[in-house]
Amino acid sequence: MSSNSQKKGFGATIWDYMTTVDHKKIAILYLISGGFFFLVGGVEAMMIRIQLMKAGNDFLSAGTYNEVLTMHGTTMIFLAAMPILLAFMNAVSPLQIGARDVAFPFLNSLGFWLFFFGGIFLNLSWFLGGAPDAGWTNYASLALASEGHGIDFYSLGLTISGFGTLIAGINFLVTIINMRAPGMTYMRMPLFTWTTFVASALILLAFPPLTVGIFFMVFDRLFGANFFDVTMGGNTIIWEHFFWIFGHPEVYILILPAFGIFSEIFAIFSRKRLFGYTALVFATILIGFYGFMVWAHHMFTVGLGPTANAVFALATMIIAVPTGIKIFNWLLTIWGGSISFTVPMIYAVAFIPSFVAGGVTGVMQAIAPLDYQLHDSYFIVAHFHYVIVGGVVLAILAGTHLYWPKMFGTMLSEKLGKWTFWFFFIGFHLTFFIQHFLGLMGMPRRVYTFGADQGWDLFNAISSAGAFFMAIGVIILLVNVVMTVAKNERVGNDPWGDGRTLEWAIPSPPPFYNFAQTPLVRGLDPYWIEKMEGNKEGMVYAEPLGDIHMPNGSIIPFVISFGMFVAAFGAMYHMDDHAWALPVLIVGLAITFGSMLVRSLKDDLGFHISKEELIADNERIQKEARALEGGKKGGLK
Amino acid sequence: MMKGPKKWRLFALMTALLVFLSGCGREEISTLIPAGKVAQDQFNLLILSSIVMLFVIIVVTIIYVLAIVKFRRSKVGEDMIPEQVEGSARLEFIWTAIPIVLLLILAVPTVYATFDLADVTAMDAQDEEGVAENLTVNVTGKLYWWEFEYPEQEIRTAQELVVPTGERVYFNLIAADVKHSFWIPSVGGKLDVNPENVNTFYLEFDKESSELEEGVYFGKCAELCGPSHALMDFKVKTLNREDFDAWVAAMQEEQEAPSEALAQEGQEIFEQSCIACHATNAAGAATGVGPNLATFGDRTTIAGFMEHDEETLKNWIADPQQYKPGNLMPNPEEINNGEAFSDQELDALAAYLMSLKIEE
Repeated sequence: MSSNSQKKGFGATIWDYMTTVDHKKIAILYLISGGFFFLVGGVEAMMIRIQLMKAGNDFLSAGTYNEVLTMHGTTMIFLAAMPILLAFMNAVSPLQIGARDVAFPFLNSLGFWLFFFGGIFLNLSWFLGGAPDAGWTNYASLALASEGHGIDFYSLGLTISGFGTLIAGINFLVTIINMRAPGMTYMRMPLFTWTTFVASALILLAFPPLTVGIFFMVFDRLFGANFFDVTMGGNTIIWEHFFWIFGHPEVYILILPAFGIFSEIFAIFSRKRLFGYTALVFATILIGFYGFMVWAHHMFTVGLGPTANAVFALATMIIAVPTGIKIFNWLLTIWGGSISFTVPMIYAVAFIPSFVAGGVTGVMQAIAPLDYQLHDSYFIVAHFHYVIVGGVVLAILAGTHLYWPKMFGTMLSEKLGKWTFWFFFIGFHLTFFIQHFLGLMGMPRRVYTFGADQGWDLFNAISSAGAFFMAIGVIILLVNVVMTVAKNERVGNDPWGDGRTLEWAIPSPPPFYNFAQTPLVRGLDPYWIEKMEGNKEGMVYAEPLGDIHMPNGSIIPFVISFGMFVAAFGAMYHMDDHAWALPVLIVGLAITFGSMLVRSLKDDLGFHISKEELIADNERIQKEARALEGGKKGGLK
Repeated sequence: MMKGPKKWRLFALMTALLVFLSGCGREEISTLIPAGKVAQDQFNLLILSSIVMLFVIIVVTIIYVLAIVKFRRSKVGEDMIPEQVEGSARLEFIWTAIPIVLLLILAVPTVYATFDLADVTAMDAQDEEGVAENLTVNVTGKLYWWEFEYPEQEIRTAQELVVPTGERVYFNLIAADVKHSFWIPSVGGKLDVNPENVNTFYLEFDKESSELEEGVYFGKCAELCGPSHALMDFKVKTLNREDFDAWVAAMQEEQEAPSEALAQEGQEIFEQSCIACHATNAAGAATGVGPNLATFGDRTTIAGFMEHDEETLKNWIADPQQYKPGNLMPNPEEINNGEAFSDQELDALAAYLMSLKIEE
C-alpha cells in the first residue's frame, strides 16, 4: 500500500481512478474530463465562428445553430471552466494548507462522478434527438416552447452535475475551515486557498436558486406544472430572477479562483510577497459579497422599472472598486520584483490588460440607460468573453503550466507553451475586440446569420479568423501535453525554483498521504520563509512521525452517480408514455438509494500507514530526489 | 519648412476621422450614429464612460509597462532577492478613493437618464377635446414578425413601423408567444417584449428616413426566440408630421379592388386561401394570426428581411419554411386543397399583393 511507484496494468489504473478518494487523483479526473469538455465546447465555438464568417452562410441551419450556441455556453461554463478550476482546487488547496486530504474524501469522489455523469447526460442529447436550444440562460418562455427533449437534457443534466458542484463547494468550505495545519491562520492562507474558500461559499449560496429554478422547469415540462406558463397564470420573469441570482455569482465562482491562480503566479515569478495581501483578501470577500446584489443588471431591459434599474446600476458599479484594488495590488507586486517570464507568468502579465478591458466594458454596461443599447448585442458577447477568456481561460492555461509539475511530476515544454500563448492571445483579441464594435453597430447576439447590407461583414470575417488562431494555440497545447507525457522527465519539489507556499515543499507529485508530518506554518508564504532561513529540511514540522490514518477507496460514489444518470433517462422519457420509462426511473433511483444504504450500513474504517512504511517511503523519495539533483541542478534557470 | 508638418498633421487627422466614421457602421442601424433623443442620450453616456474608462486604462497601462520593463529578471540580476514589501495603506486608500470618485461622475447621469428614459407620464395626456396629445403605438411581437397597432387612429400594420419625426412616440410592448425584444439601434435602446406584461417606453425620431440610403431604419429582435430569431427584423419609416397624417388618413380608407386582371385573379385566390390569417384592410382590423398586408406593396422587404420583388415573393409563398425556419405560415398544400400553388397562381398572388398600396 505504501508505494505508488510500481507499474500497474491499464485496467487496474482505470479501476484505481474509478474508486479513488485521493484529492490529487480526483484533481486529475477533473482536469481530464474538464479538458475534454473544453475541447468539445471549443469545437462548438469554431462552428459558430465558421457559420458567421460571412453574411448568409449556410454551414449550420437555424435550428442547429441555436443548439450549438446553447451547448457552447453551457459546456464551457458548467462542464469545462468550473471542473478545471475544481481540478486545481483539489490538487493544490489541501496541500497549501498542509492538510492530509479534503475533509470528506468520499464526498469529493461523489461530487466528481455526479458532475461527470451530468455532463455526459447533457452531451448525449446530440445523439438522442437534439441538444437544448434556448441559450445557456434557458429563458422560460422559449424553453417551454422548445420541442423535443433538448431542454430536458439541459435541466436534468445540470441538476445532476449541479449536485456534484454543490458537494464540492461544501467540501472545500469544511476543509479550509477545519483542516489547516498548525500556524496556518486565515490571514496566512495563500490567496488561491482564499479564493477557493470564497468561491465555495458562493457555490453553497448560488447553486440552490438554480436548482429551484431548474426543478420548476422540470416540473413544467415533464409533469405539467405551470410555474412559467403565462396562459395559466405563470410568470417567466421568475425564471430570469432565479437564473441570474445564480448566474451572477457563478461568474465570480469562475473568476475568483482565476484571481487566486494569478495571485500565486505574480508572487512566485516576481520573487516577491503579494503587495497588500490583506487588501487582496478583503477585496475577494467583498466581490463575493456584492456578487449577490447585482443580478438584475442582466435584466435592465426586462422592464423592472427605473427604481430597480437605478439601484442595481449603482450596486454594480461598486464592484469595480474591489476589482480595481486587486489590479493595482498585482501591479505593485510586480513593481520592485524580479520578473521571470515563464509561461505561467506570461499568461498572468497578459491577463492584466485583457481583464482591465473586460472590466471597463462591464462598468459601461452597469450604466443602465447605456445598457439598453449594449444588452443582447455583440458588445455583451465581447465583454463576457473578455472577462471569461481573458480572465478565467488564461488562468486555466496558466494554472495548467504552473501546476502540471505538481500534479504529474513533469514540466510542460516552455517553448511550446509560448507558442500556445501567442497564438491564443493574439487570436483572442482578434476574435473579440472587434465584436464590441459589431454590437455598437447594431448586431444582436445569438443570430445564426446576418444580412450582407448592414455593415457587419468585414468585422465578422476578422472575428472568425481570430478564432482559428485560438484553435491552433489549443492544438499546440495538446501536442505539448502528449510530448511531455512521452518524455516523462521527472522534476523535484520546487521545479519553478521560487515556490513560496506549502505545495512546493512536497515532492512532485506528492505521496498519496501528502505531508508525512504536518508542517508548522510560521507566517505568510511558509516555504519561502524556510528557504530564506536556509532550512535544508524543507519545512519545520508540527508533529513527530507517526502512523497515518487513510480512507479506503470506494466504487460507491460512481454507482450512486450512475443510478442518477439512469433515473434521468427514465424521468425524461416518462412523458412520452414509453412503457419502459417508469421501470428505468425506479431502477435508477433504486441503484442510487441502494448504494447510499450500503454506504450507511457498512463500516469502512480506512487503514493505517505505519511509521516504518513512512520511513521507507521517505528514503525512496530522498533517493529519487538525489538522483534528480545529480542529473541536473534542479529548478528553472 | 513649417508647412509640411502642418499639412501632414491635418492629413493624419482627416484620415483618422475617415477611419473612425467608416468604422461607425450604417446610418440605418448603428448606435454610433444616433438619430433621435434617446439614442443621443445613450450615445452621450457611451462617450462619457469611454473617456472615464480611457483614463483608467491609461493609468494602468503606464504602471504596467513600467513594471514589466524595469523589473525583468535579466535586468535586475539573476540572484537578486527583492524586498518583501507588505503593502501601503496610503496607496490602498488612493486606489479605493479615486475609482469611487470616477464612479460618482458616472452615477449621476446614470440615475438621471434611467428615470428620464422611463418617464411615460405624458402618454395618456389628452387635450380639451379628449384627443390624445401624443402618438401611441401598440407593438406585439409574434414568431417571427411584428404587429403595430395605432389605437387612437384605429389602424394596424405589420413589419414596417411608420412614425412621425420630431415628437415623442410612446410604445406599449407585449409578446403573443415567447419573449422578444424590440430594438431600433439608431433610434434608441431596446426594451424586452414579455409575454406576461406590457412594457412601456418612448422614442424620438429626428430624421426622415427617406434621406437614408435604404429609405428605412432597421429594427431587430434582440432576444433569442427560436430558429428564426436572426430573421425577425422590421423596418421603420419616419415621415414628417404632415406626411404622417396623410398616411394615417390613407390607412383609414377602405382598400380599392385591384384594376389589373391578373391582380384580380390573385385576389380571388387570396380570399380562398390566405384571408383566414392575413387582413388586407388597415382600418379597424382585429389582431391577425399573420401580418396585416394592407401596405404590402409599399414595404421595402418581404417577411422583414428579403428583397422586395415578385420573384422573392413567389418563392416565399411557395415554401416559407425554407426562408424563415420555424415560422407559422402554412405551406400552400395546407391551405390550397392539398396542392401547391401553380406558377400562374403564384404570379396572380404576387401581382395582387404588390398592388396593395396606400402610398402614391
